[in-house]
Amino acid sequence: MLNWLRRPKYGSLERREMPAGIWDKCPRCRNLIYRKELERNLMVCPKCGYHHRLSAVERLEITLDEHAFEEYDASLTSTDPLGFEGYGAKLAEAREKTGQAEAVITGDGTIDGWRTVIAALDFNFMGGSMGSAVGEKITRAAERAVQSRLPLVVFSASGGARMQEGVLSLMQLAKTSAAIGRLHEAGLPYLSVMCDPTTGGVTASFAFLGDVILAEPGALIGFAGRRVIEQTIRRKLPDDFQTAEFCLQRGLIDMVVSRVEMRPTVARLLAFFGAPRVAPTPQEPAPAAQP
Amino acid sequence: MTQRPPRPAVDLDHQLAELEEEIVRVRARDQSGSRETEIAALEQRAAQLREEIYRNPSPWHIVQLARQIQRPRLVDFLGSLFTDVIEIHGDRLYGDDPALLTALGRFDGQPVVVVGHNRGKDTKENVARNFGMPNPEGYRKALRAMRLAEKFGYPVISFVDTTGAHPGAEAEERGQAEAIARNIQEMSRLKSPILVVITGEGGSGGALAIAVGDAVLMLQYAVYTVISPEGCAAILWHDASRGRDAAAALKLTARDLQDLGIIDEVLPEPLGGAHRDAEAVFRVVRDGLGRHLKALREVPREVLLDRRYAKYRRIGRVVETLAAGGDGDRAEARP
Repeated sequence: MLNWLRRPKYGSLERREMPAGIWDKCPRCRNLIYRKELERNLMVCPKCGYHHRLSAVERLEITLDEHAFEEYDASLTSTDPLGFEGYGAKLAEAREKTGQAEAVITGDGTIDGWRTVIAALDFNFMGGSMGSAVGEKITRAAERAVQSRLPLVVFSASGGARMQEGVLSLMQLAKTSAAIGRLHEAGLPYLSVMCDPTTGGVTASFAFLGDVILAEPGALIGFAGRRVIEQTIRRKLPDDFQTAEFCLQRGLIDMVVSRVEMRPTVARLLAFFGAPRVAPTPQEPAPAAQP
Repeated sequence: MTQRPPRPAVDLDHQLAELEEEIVRVRARDQSGSRETEIAALEQRAAQLREEIYRNPSPWHIVQLARQIQRPRLVDFLGSLFTDVIEIHGDRLYGDDPALLTALGRFDGQPVVVVGHNRGKDTKENVARNFGMPNPEGYRKALRAMRLAEKFGYPVISFVDTTGAHPGAEAEERGQAEAIARNIQEMSRLKSPILVVITGEGGSGGALAIAVGDAVLMLQYAVYTVISPEGCAAILWHDASRGRDAAAALKLTARDLQDLGIIDEVLPEPLGGAHRDAEAVFRVVRDGLGRHLKALREVPREVLLDRRYAKYRRIGRVVETLAAGGDGDRAEARP
């Protein structure tokens, strides 16, 4: 598993593979875990349940039905509109590191046969930050959902707005939220899934506008950064501050769902809200670049 | 000059401030009126200096002007531009946020709803109003006020002046992000005309939460930014003292933002900044609001909402390459 969605690469360099080690040390429980076992377990530590961060490609692979993905706007990317010091180099580095053109992948596909438009942000790409391109792709995805009368599912993982694009990034909060508003007006379901971490501008826009908001266990979710808050209130915050569980307890999200349960849970919600159903065997051709 | 001169905005202002103090001193000592020529000469020098300093202020200088503690604040605009002002309170969910003010009032005799960040002019006022940094209940109160405007078909006039949403533990617990996101979404489709004036600091999401509108006006020396220059420098360059460089890089001045298509009009300020002549500022804001309000009143509601959507829809700079595996040639660029 975790390899059907091998896409043509952005740029000329090979996509960097995961570190080739056989054993991984869990950052939380410090146990050595057999890499294959970790992968079989969807990158969740079998000992302590720690959810490793996933790339956007990995997220789509474990969420969608096999070979059921039609990507939108794969080559759409931000420019350096302000000529911001170091931004061009950072963009190039992120593209090389992830093999993606930008910090979000959008498209449509099926989840257990239920058709949906889907987006997954990639924290590996400049911290999943939202600049013009991420905003544009999320907006187009929401607009396409309206045009095709499909639900929208967004997996967020982002540090917030991309400051190298200045106010253009801030305005993506307005653009994406307005598009989500139109989707709500059209009576279509929008499921927002917050993964580790979902913070800043992304929380202050589309991530918190879901009809149902789900989160992965332990995910960091919040608007302001912990350090800034601690400086403001002059005391230490508890360890569980701004976690998914903390948000659930405060009534900010609907449910915390383990990665293993996420796909069936999203499928159930899509079914409940009346997503269109396709035949169990998808008709879409397999992606070309299959190893 | 009979009042105490305003406090200096930046070190650059220091010389000017000293000169102004000297004018006051000389004038106070001048009983007979015999030193009028000397005073006139000093004033002429001060005027020259002002012009020199302010004709072409740097972005960093503009940041300091935007933060000038004596800039006209929301209560000043309320008092000078509106009549029949009735403040309303509370979000009906949790509390009443003094950092965000909501009021009913008349502009040119017509009923409007006013919302805005409520900054003070001294430390005491600012502490009482949390420096104009709202909590979620502030944004929810603003939304309640805007819904009221929508119900009666009144326009909304929003005054933006905040360093940002309050970064507190309780703000997070009560859903700061949700409150901001909700406001942004609802303002994008509120069935009343919305006019926004950025009067001082437009600090990121905390500003945008009341700044989505049909016309966004901005005072000449106000700033609007995704992050404070100091914060940006600290994160990107690990050096908070490089605020000056970040201020230039972020393109946060009114002129820059007009060029980027983010604001609709720059409202000129008096030489030296809004705090030097508040009456002049009231005049340009009154005039700007009046013109845009008149134009917006004539727009049918459906057209208004489509236009508002399109206004934000086109903001951003992206390119699409020929194919994902292509060599990165720019095939299409949209503004």
